[in-house]
Amino acid sequence: MQTPIAERLARRRARVIRERLIELVLLLAALVSVLTTVGIVYVLVKESVLFFQQVPLGKFLTDTQWTPLFDDAHFGIMVLLSGTLTSSAVALAIAIPLGTIIAIYLSEFAPFRLREVAKPFLELLGGVPTIVYGYFALLFVTPLLQRIYPELPGFNLLAAGIVMGIMIIPYVSSISEDAMRAVPMSLREGSYALGATRFQTAVKVVVPAAFSGIASAYILGISRAVGETMILAVAAGMQPNLTFNPLEPAATITAYIVQVALGDLPHGSIGYQTIFAAGLTLLVFTFLFNVAGHVLRKTFREAY
Amino acid sequence: MCGVLALAVGVLTFTALFVDMALDGFGRLSWDFFTSYPSRRPGQAGILSAWVGSTLVMLTTAVFAVPLGVATGIYLEEYAAKNWVTDLIEINITNLAGVPSIVYGLLALGLFVYQFGLGQSILTAGLTLALLILPVVIVATREAIRSIPQAIREGSYALGATQWQTVRYHILPYSSAGILTGIIIGMARAIGETAPIITIGALTFIAFLPPSPFTAGPFEWLFSPFTVMPIQMFNWTSRPEAAFHANAAAAGFVLVLMTLAMNGLAIWLRYRLRRNIKW
Repeated sequence: MQTPIAERLARRRARVIRERLIELVLLLAALVSVLTTVGIVYVLVKESVLFFQQVPLGKFLTDTQWTPLFDDAHFGIMVLLSGTLTSSAVALAIAIPLGTIIAIYLSEFAPFRLREVAKPFLELLGGVPTIVYGYFALLFVTPLLQRIYPELPGFNLLAAGIVMGIMIIPYVSSISEDAMRAVPMSLREGSYALGATRFQTAVKVVVPAAFSGIASAYILGISRAVGETMILAVAAGMQPNLTFNPLEPAATITAYIVQVALGDLPHGSIGYQTIFAAGLTLLVFTFLFNVAGHVLRKTFREAY
Repeated sequence: MCGVLALAVGVLTFTALFVDMALDGFGRLSWDFFTSYPSRRPGQAGILSAWVGSTLVMLTTAVFAVPLGVATGIYLEEYAAKNWVTDLIEINITNLAGVPSIVYGLLALGLFVYQFGLGQSILTAGLTLALLILPVVIVATREAIRSIPQAIREGSYALGATQWQTVRYHILPYSSAGILTGIIIGMARAIGETAPIITIGALTFIAFLPPSPFTAGPFEWLFSPFTVMPIQMFNWTSRPEAAFHANAAAAGFVLVLMTLAMNGLAIWLRYRLRRNIKW
């Protein structure tokens, strides 16, 4: 006997409702990531507003001292920013040349077998926890550098920057390599047909063609360096110091946040609010880099 | 030639670092090291509370990150219409992947610790790390789903399956290996994260274990103070005495082995996947 029509319709409606419900649940899960962004901006802005009610923005940007926990409190973000920029510059001076050369080599010259081994190895390198890199910077690289340059203090931006550069190499090389491999074979063949050598082809044809991808790899490297925390907190010291000399110790924005978090600051105090202001500065910087990367990609995109 | 050199620099540095740490720490590795609490006397200190804490935090992270990440990936690939909500979600995920991890720590400090009153607990840490690795899980899920040919979906619909039935019985099983790879990589990242957990104010000297679910309530441990492996290592590294540095090296050795094993497993899984799939 056939099921009555009413019952079949009811079952069908139940099925439609269930399908809609499932879609709704999945949408809600997807919205969690939007909520995360909202949460980050809300928390940082809320505490920063309280902070800027007590410290004018002009002072924050121009003061040359950072002593938020002293009686004579100064809040000059320049001091922390100088540490962040100097260590990032050292890191990029290591990571960009090495990362680019490795990418060119793996994409254009390396035999298939070597590439199959090197790529996962670089990936593993990127997976090592940053605290371990911090240990190396403080207890392996700094003593090594001190043998060459004995006056180097135990905490310094140079060792931290070098190790940070090594940490960033895999990010730079793997994205650059992907971009170069996406360059069509016909371009290389055209170059060879004109009598170019392999090296000329790699440098003058493949790299310019893949430039937008390589640029975004650099940008990613920069924002990694600026946001890196543990290597600097361990190896560069936590003393605020307005300097662009990598041989000196200096605190970065991230190291300052760690230092405050390690102490026991009461919730709602000005010291507590400074770390949110510092975090907001950091977020603004990484956001600017992301936008710059996006623009670069758009401008230099070559479509084939 | 230059390329080989550059590659060799990377490989050699890594080997030097790893060997150096292994040599420094190897003397400390013993059964007691894994079964002792941290101590003021470096020779008796161990990582018991750290590895128990890490395990529990990872468990919490997985419970939140895996369903959320996989559901988001399914939604974006199989359900989402082309409209501004979808664009918003996609741009968001790309941006979140670029946010420094310490900013997640500030989010957790302001929101979870104070606003929601969860305190400096395992639950707070697990939630924070879950948000941190969410983009990794989402991207892996989307890639795995995208590689499934359209014909599979059409076949399922032709047999009268609904959209959810298609996802549940075809899309999810075929993409599970790819999703698993992403989850493992995300967890390997979470286990080594130090900065966000320090930021929420986790203590560094913990000489007790969270309450057992059998003696206390089943969820008591979620609200317990804790420490994790990278924090324990940070604590030992930042002490001046060389004896503690040996402990730090030993803890670092264990930590690196754990992340290498997890990442290696993920790479191997992906390699096998690429070889075995023939649609």
